[in-house]
Amino acid sequence: MTGTASDARLITPTMLGAWLVLATVPLWISTIGLYPYIGVEILIWSIYALAFNLLLGTSGLPSFGHGAFFGIGAYAFGLTQFNVAANLWVALAGAMLAGALAGLLVGLFIAHRRGIYFALLTIAFGQIFWTISVKWHSVTGGEDGLLNIVRLPVNLGIASFDITDNERLYYFVLAAFAVVVVLMWRLVNSPYGRILSAIRQSEVRTAHLGYNVWAYKLSAIVISAAFSGLAGGLFAMAQRSAFPDVMNLAQSGLVVMMTLVGGGLVSFWGPVIGVIVFLIARDVIGAMTTGWMLYFGTMFVLLVLFRPEGIAGGFKLLVERWKARGTAPEALSSEPRSG
Amino acid sequence: MALVEAEGVHVRFGDRVVLEEINLSVNEGELHGIMGPNGAGKTTFFNTLTGRVKPNRGRIRLDGADVAGLEPHAIARKGVARSFQIMTLFNDFTAQENVMVALPAFRARGFDMLRAVAGDSGLADEANEVLASVGLGAKSAISAKLLSYGERRALEIAVALAQRPRVLCLDEPTSGLGTDGTLRLAELIRSLKGKLTIVAVEHDMRFLFSLADRISVIHWGQVVARGTPRELQENPWVKRSNLGSFE
Ligand SMILES: Nc1ncnc2c1ncn2[C@@H]1O[C@H](COP(=O)(O)OP(=O)(O)OP(=O)(O)O)[C@@H](O)[C@H]1O
Ligand SMILES: [Mg+2]
Repeated sequence: MTGTASDARLITPTMLGAWLVLATVPLWISTIGLYPYIGVEILIWSIYALAFNLLLGTSGLPSFGHGAFFGIGAYAFGLTQFNVAANLWVALAGAMLAGALAGLLVGLFIAHRRGIYFALLTIAFGQIFWTISVKWHSVTGGEDGLLNIVRLPVNLGIASFDITDNERLYYFVLAAFAVVVVLMWRLVNSPYGRILSAIRQSEVRTAHLGYNVWAYKLSAIVISAAFSGLAGGLFAMAQRSAFPDVMNLAQSGLVVMMTLVGGGLVSFWGPVIGVIVFLIARDVIGAMTTGWMLYFGTMFVLLVLFRPEGIAGGFKLLVERWKARGTAPEALSSEPRSG
Repeated sequence: MALVEAEGVHVRFGDRVVLEEINLSVNEGELHGIMGPNGAGKTTFFNTLTGRVKPNRGRIRLDGADVAGLEPHAIARKGVARSFQIMTLFNDFTAQENVMVALPAFRARGFDMLRAVAGDSGLADEANEVLASVGLGAKSAISAKLLSYGERRALEIAVALAQRPRVLCLDEPTSGLGTDGTLRLAELIRSLKGKLTIVAVEHDMRFLFSLADRISVIHWGQVVARGTPRELQENPWVKRSNLGSFE
């Protein structure tokens, strides 16, 4: 994580490349036997996983109940469009705000914790929110879910675009994804992001440097929850409904798994890679066997055991080896002592 | 006037009393050594001084104001920096980044989410200056985990120095260093003398006695002896103790 030129950029070549490739997806996705909607899912889950990884990868905070924020965003999107205004921006803002408020509430209880205690509390809070979503029938629709959520038009003032069609929805979600990528990249490379990373590496030292670790952790939880809420809002719009199941423990585990498999601990793009691999595996292997989670689970276990840095980490290693070929491997061992 | 003043500091963990009653004062600009046998409570005293541990009784005054019980970050902001006996570095950061996050200028923008750190040459230059002062000028871009042991010890101090502290607390800075490294460290600390107030816990007697203005000996949770190095050499307790020899 050394400072490089691309850390300072608002938009990096990698981003441009990724957006470009993603922009062509609807043109060829059907020819490889998939369908545009999986693209929508991939982008939404990518936003979610990037938000989640601000806590896990950047700050070292294991949240195992993150589905709560995603789900709350989904409900808030529907409830805002039903009760506040049938406007896309208002509904998305509602989803983010609801996520942020839930994050603040949870954060106040857990921001002073770390490690396993932090993880356990996130599970507990996740379960609480899930239970509420199931029981509070009058607001959430309970197990039946919140139905009839509309894909609202994208109103840009001068023009308004309809996104009821999956392909159009895909491009709208791609735009949202692009914005989130830029924001997150800037965030993790800002002084604030550096402090979050310092906290992951040593909370004790960071505190003794004069940083209020609690305030940083709390704010990171709020930001992560807000963007998870945004992802949830987009998901509700894509699905035209919101259900409690995205908030349950297993679903919360999925985002952890995707992020780790992709390599979120070592790479900014790790979560996105994990989401792509997971969702495509679900559809491809899932079409062949109903026990596809067994295969994916096995892959997850093997990765965590042998390649904890994930796919992105393995890729990084290959690039480093490729770059290092030809240079003598001496530099590391024979450094003079000083002090 | 005393810059740091501990008065009747009592710390226990459960029913295990670690510090019975510490009375100790450090003058501005002084280099104050602390010695004592293993497990005497020296690190615990530092932890109390810097807010990690809350004293059960007693006061700790910094420039006259009671700071006992404040959070570590609040005490750090008042100008108290510390190094750690067990090295506590940011291992995924480069040497430069380790120092950079400790700079007051960095801390002032800790909640800045919109500007990139990379490419800020002001911060980088300031960090490199601090690195150069501890002899790590050439190691700026190297990841902390890849530095040698001696270099890591130097970085441990550089991070504390980067805070521009009024009071620098060093917990066994020579621990694990060879003769060479210890000599260089002594040189560094001598160059800091007078510029800031230093409190140093140290086992290496020769090191401590050659540098300190005054020394306090902590044993059984109390300061059992104090004075200048010359006075202490005559102290029967120090003579009798097996804290090591000095000529
Ligand atoms: N958080 C804690 N909880 C319980 N006991 C503790 C705690 N911190 C320190 N102790 C105990 O307090 C005693 C003093 O420890 P401390 O680390 O302060 O000694 P020290 O003088 O720094 O020793 P050393 O020379 O080995 O560094 C030890 O017996 C230690 O086990
Ligand atoms: Mg100690």
